[in-house]
Amino acid sequence: MTREITGAQSLVHSLEAVGADVVFGIPGGAILPAYDPLFDSTRVRHILVRHEQGAGHAAEGYAQATGRVGVCMATSGPGATNLVTPIADAYMDSVPMVAITGQVPSAAIGTDAFQEADICGITLPITKHNFLVHSADDIPRTIAEAFHLAGTGRPGPVLVDLPKDVLQAVTAVLPHEVWPPSLDLPGYRPVTRPHGKQVREAARMISQSRRPVLYVGGGVLKARAAAELRTLAEMTGIPVVTTLMARGAFPDSHPQHLGMPGMHGSVAAVTALQKADLLITLGARFDDRVTGRLSSFARGAAIIHADIDPAEIGKNRAADVPIVGDCREVINELIAVLATEEKPDLAAWWHTLDGWRRTYPLGYDQPADGSLAPQQVIERIGKIAGPEAIFAAGVGQHQMWAAQFISYENPYTWLNSGGAGTMGYAVPAAMGAKVGRPDTTVWAIDGDGCFQMTNQELATCALEGIPIKVAVINNGSLGMVRQWQTLFYDKRYSNTELGTHPASPRTGVKRVPDFVRLAEALGCVGLRCEAAGEIDETIEKAMAIDDAPVVIDFVVHPDAMVWPMVAAGASNDDIRVARDIAPDFDYSGDAEVNL
Amino acid sequence: MTHHTLSVLVENKPGVLARVSGLFSRRGFNIESLAVGPTEHPDVSRMTIVVAVEDLPLEQVTKQLNKLVNVLKIVEMDTSVSVQRELMLVKVRADLAVRSQVLETVALFRAKVVDVAQDAVTIEATGTRDKLDALIRMLEPFGIRELVQSGMVALGRGSRSITDRSLRAVERSA
Repeated sequence: MTREITGAQSLVHSLEAVGADVVFGIPGGAILPAYDPLFDSTRVRHILVRHEQGAGHAAEGYAQATGRVGVCMATSGPGATNLVTPIADAYMDSVPMVAITGQVPSAAIGTDAFQEADICGITLPITKHNFLVHSADDIPRTIAEAFHLAGTGRPGPVLVDLPKDVLQAVTAVLPHEVWPPSLDLPGYRPVTRPHGKQVREAARMISQSRRPVLYVGGGVLKARAAAELRTLAEMTGIPVVTTLMARGAFPDSHPQHLGMPGMHGSVAAVTALQKADLLITLGARFDDRVTGRLSSFARGAAIIHADIDPAEIGKNRAADVPIVGDCREVINELIAVLATEEKPDLAAWWHTLDGWRRTYPLGYDQPADGSLAPQQVIERIGKIAGPEAIFAAGVGQHQMWAAQFISYENPYTWLNSGGAGTMGYAVPAAMGAKVGRPDTTVWAIDGDGCFQMTNQELATCALEGIPIKVAVINNGSLGMVRQWQTLFYDKRYSNTELGTHPASPRTGVKRVPDFVRLAEALGCVGLRCEAAGEIDETIEKAMAIDDAPVVIDFVVHPDAMVWPMVAAGASNDDIRVARDIAPDFDYSGDAEVNL
Repeated sequence: MTHHTLSVLVENKPGVLARVSGLFSRRGFNIESLAVGPTEHPDVSRMTIVVAVEDLPLEQVTKQLNKLVNVLKIVEMDTSVSVQRELMLVKVRADLAVRSQVLETVALFRAKVVDVAQDAVTIEATGTRDKLDALIRMLEPFGIRELVQSGMVALGRGSRSITDRSLRAVERSA
């Protein structure tokens, strides 16, 4: 005799069966039935956040730090629409996430009922797939399908919308012994196994290349192929660049690593791509922030492009050798074939690359007035927290500095909003990462603008015992926007001044809000650092606190800028090392080596 | 821009049309015509989509369509190896003075009259885009009062079917 349960019980039962151990969410009218059995679940921990956006980014942080599918939950209407930003974020960055939303009762759908929003319609363009569940009997299968879709192929967000009557209806329990239910996804067949012929052709091109570069994107991390990548790089001796989404996929300290390419990439990484004769593109998508003006990107390079999503291949840049497949399988097969091929002779290429590297290392100036260089603050956090720590960044200057000046040695230690560029990502993502990996130190590197968007989740962290550390890089403005105003809008600082800095140009305004007092109000330890001599001491103080979240207000010089930079829409050939300073490649190449 | 006709087999589920049409608009592709209806299998619908794009963007269209979970199969219908038809209903002013001329035009195009009134006839015609355009041109002098057209539907010539394997997949998973 099958036991009868409610749809809500079936949902919680299914979440347990699928292995979800944490759900970030907030209850409300339509999802309320689900919260009753959730209250009793010993296997699913629900973390009550303060805003649904926080739930979504926390699920993302959890997923990116652990590789498991992150789960967030919200009620209908505004609860669901507050998830839209993190869902869009997860879609852009291929983060495996399942969003569960309550919906008004089936009979009320389409009547503009209280707290009704067509969340399936709204999230159509920003989910890998979504489901409106019509019957409680479909709940186990739908949850199993949602997790399967979110976590396989090119990962992404999947939304499951559950009308209240479906949660309340009576259904049969699906025992865990017969889990998973059979999936009904006849149109979903991701290709993971690369075509042997394409792999052999790629290997042939690699062995004949003279100026190859491994252009590594987030797909390598999604495929959990960092170890395989290292083997491939070392057996061939080919230089590696890791995109913003791939930081940590290859150790920064490795001699073959040229750094990050793109708008704020290192001169060596950007220029290596420009001058390459072959790009071995692994799980990257020729994003505009990497290519600069597309028509002038890596003009002399043949392209090998491996991606699990066939639609990425040839989307922005035509591929000479397209390879559809999971990056780990692709790399493993490349390794197998390359073992019998001749190793390319890259001595001259490395001679040139080393010249660029030596002449144009990443760097920054110390402010003359003794105030803090934001780059130094971030660099020191990286050094003191060490290569095992996880760093989650917001979006803007601090994000770029965190990508540049922290040395990432391990995969899954760098979390950020790359594609969507979602301000406010850092604090909730760090919270999610810390929940997923409680034994790891997790830092949020945030800006004073970003921090004001989602810091409410520090209350969640304080109450739920999630001791993250937050470094607010406080320059008193929306720094990246201000940098563009400095460079391209004649220093007309329209609406970028925030008043968070003690040196605010606004008369009578300073430290609004006061981040130390704000931190304390949210149940955290608040620290402040305003002098270069105190950086290490303050970071160490934060590192020593493990029973509460810590916020450090690093009051930094307001005019620091992110360099190098390729202006939006410009060619990567026109990279600037600093304002009005272009690299001299004739000098920096062979000539440099003779010095 | 070239016109391409795509036959898209999809799962017969609510919201699939919105997923497909939404994908076209957000990726910046223009749908010239779209027809959707049931197939020989109750769980599968077939869309015939005419899109005006160059070859390279067409590849993006089909790849992006393929990523939709409810899309089972996409086949491009080449005009030379497929039968392509549209249906048109057109109401033409036709009083006694010109009715015989109208009927003569109808006969020439192998169309038929499906409704008649004192001063108008309603004509049903099927054919290729070119044929229907020609018929419209011939009827215009009489005065077109109302006109409605279906999207194009297409089927490959010969005995092969594009549905066989997809239907097996649907049956397997059901």
